[in-house]
Amino acid sequence: MMRIAAAVLATVLSVAGYADGQENRARRVAMPTVKIENGDACVAPTGEMRRDHMTFLLHQRDRTVHEGFRAPRFSLKNCVDCHADRETGSVLGKDGFCASCHSYASVKIDCFECHTPLRKTATARSTSPAGNAR
Amino acid sequence: MARTQYREIDGRSGGFAALLAVLGALILAGLGAAWTMEHHGHHITGMSNRIVWGVPHVFAVFLIVAASGALNVASIASVFGRELYKPLARLSALLAITLLAGGLAVLVLDLGRPDRLIVAMTYYNFKSIFAWNIFLYIGFFAVVALYLWTMFERRMNGYTKRAGLLAFLWRLILTTGTGSIFGFLVAREAYNSALLAPLFIVMSFAFGLAIFVLVLMAAFRWSGRALGEVVLKRLAKLLGVFVAAVLYFVAVYHLTNLYIARQHEVERFILLDGGVYTALFWIGQVFIGGVVPLVLLFAPGTPGTPRAPGALAAAAACVIAGGLAQLYVLIIGGQAYPQLIFPGKEVSSSFFDGVVASYAPSLPEAALGAGGVALALALTAVALKLLPFLPRSLADSDVEPSAT
Amino acid sequence: MSLDRRQFLAWGTAAAGAALAPGLRLVELAQARSPQEAASKLQRWGLLIDITKCTDCDVCVSACHEENGVSGHGRPETDAQWIRTVKLRDKRTGYAQSLPLMCQHCAHPPCVDVCPTGASFKRDDGIVLVDKHSCIGCRYCVMACPYGARSFVHETVSGQKADVPRGKGTVESCTLCVHRVDRGETPACVQACNQDGGKAMVFGDLNDTSAEIHRRLRSAPSSQVRADLALNTGVRYQGL
Repeated sequence: MMRIAAAVLATVLSVAGYADGQENRARRVAMPTVKIENGDACVAPTGEMRRDHMTFLLHQRDRTVHEGFRAPRFSLKNCVDCHADRETGSVLGKDGFCASCHSYASVKIDCFECHTPLRKTATARSTSPAGNAR
Repeated sequence: MARTQYREIDGRSGGFAALLAVLGALILAGLGAAWTMEHHGHHITGMSNRIVWGVPHVFAVFLIVAASGALNVASIASVFGRELYKPLARLSALLAITLLAGGLAVLVLDLGRPDRLIVAMTYYNFKSIFAWNIFLYIGFFAVVALYLWTMFERRMNGYTKRAGLLAFLWRLILTTGTGSIFGFLVAREAYNSALLAPLFIVMSFAFGLAIFVLVLMAAFRWSGRALGEVVLKRLAKLLGVFVAAVLYFVAVYHLTNLYIARQHEVERFILLDGGVYTALFWIGQVFIGGVVPLVLLFAPGTPGTPRAPGALAAAAACVIAGGLAQLYVLIIGGQAYPQLIFPGKEVSSSFFDGVVASYAPSLPEAALGAGGVALALALTAVALKLLPFLPRSLADSDVEPSAT
Repeated sequence: MSLDRRQFLAWGTAAAGAALAPGLRLVELAQARSPQEAASKLQRWGLLIDITKCTDCDVCVSACHEENGVSGHGRPETDAQWIRTVKLRDKRTGYAQSLPLMCQHCAHPPCVDVCPTGASFKRDDGIVLVDKHSCIGCRYCVMACPYGARSFVHETVSGQKADVPRGKGTVESCTLCVHRVDRGETPACVQACNQDGGKAMVFGDLNDTSAEIHRRLRSAPSSQVRADLALNTGVRYQGL
């Protein structure tokens, strides 16, 4: 009984290990397309944004909704305005900034059930300390 | 009296498999309905901005209220010490759990954002009676599970009375809360009454016992066990008392409203010219749900001859039908009647102010509600097969006849 | 109790400071709140609607729905309405009026009391809102609102305005154009009424004695809809 179990376990682990070692595995999953079209820096350093953007969003939104705190730099609107794709004007879609990484990481977001993923018109863009590059 | 012996049902017959298949199909239909509602949005249902709680809520509230009442039999045994009911206590507690599970499933699947259930279970606004109810419902599972454990585990039998008392008090608070969901609202003329909480308590007694009786009779008949007259007669009398109590509270509610001039309009709507709601009130709630069961249960038979079990089953079925009608009138009729925003004025607007809102149950709603019922019954059937909930026999010779 | 001079001076200063502090804060608020500041309890936003000037137009309704991206789907029973014109006719006298009705932004909102997750809440400055991040779509607040002000979103929403997120499965209602108010502007309905309508609506801070709304409420009778419910609404009507 134990020997069968050990044999099964060994088989499973070796197949998994073999598959993991293959390089083409990476190519079967589409890497995210990260297009930074506005050359200015983001509102925080890239590493920090990659790790913590969800924390910023979660805390910021409660302050905005419940307390009325509306710093333009940290609003979701500002994120979308800057990161929206040049052609589609959206952060969703095939190469959308948010959608691309999130589908790669397989983390479902429901921000855009309610928030519009489209950039507001250029005239209405809020200022950021890095200046209005457009 | 010999110690009651419990045994699981066999559950290997074709009939059992067919029962589970039918219930399973209904559950799948319910799940499918929930998926389409969540995917397309609630516009595919009959619910609207005027009638936001529809048929799913009628079923959900019915199951939740019945769940609380189904525990009654066990409470009478453990808390009030009536020996006759003790063999029935395990099934009673089981039904309390499964009916609540079915009701909550319907409620959760109908939410606009069911994916946010975890939010509902972790963020509580304790001023909301709804939040209290969520908390009480979840706690109820734990309390009744504990209670069942004291009944199953021989070494814990000494604690059954205390666990039973906790469960009894918990469900009184829970059902008061369920009634208060409506009773606390000032926004609808049909609600806004302190009477709704005790009305829901007696409704729970009646509906819960009716379902308990039908499940007991079916389980015993289909597993070939003996169910004697003594138990049935006692349950019949109890059911009759509860039905009468419900009629009393309904009567007091309406008579009080009829006395208050401001409430005349809504009373006229429910009692006289509300169309389907009036019909459901008089024919469904009062006649089928009240008068017919009372006649069936209390009509004098020839002394000495046993009452036909069929009468009890028919009465229980009528109570259930009447209960669904009652909740339909309360929940949907209460919303259909226009809100009194400008007293003394005729009102009209693009948002259907001032008119009786129209509502027609839709297929997804009915499927969801039926799915919840099926879930409760399926869980019960499976549980009966897995664990010894049912006594081997409830024949007259096996129960304690002299105990009251 | 005996008191020495030092104690007296200390307590006196503290008491004076406590008395003056709210006044100092009020002076601050006379200027518009900057976006980096939180909403304050010292302000209470309100609306005053003089329905004798209501010309039976629909400007407020269309402006609101345009501003907030509330579009219909040809399904009047399930389409959201944040504001609606209500036609009244006295049952006994036949006297007819019409008025706009929206969320009344009560000081004691029943919708806030009943929300199980606290998604329906009242901001410190009196605006009653739905936090769509916590809304589970149970519709209990729709049941609880005495004014029928709330709508449930019955279908997928797209093309939302950037300032006004709305989504399927949550409940929504008039936000008093909180995104505009926080910028120092007036709600869209008020602006439209003053521009193209009967100039019946005034928006302002009910706590600010120098505001026009406060003056108007002081100098002429006004009423709340369903005042008997003691909800202390932020929307007041004249001529009702």
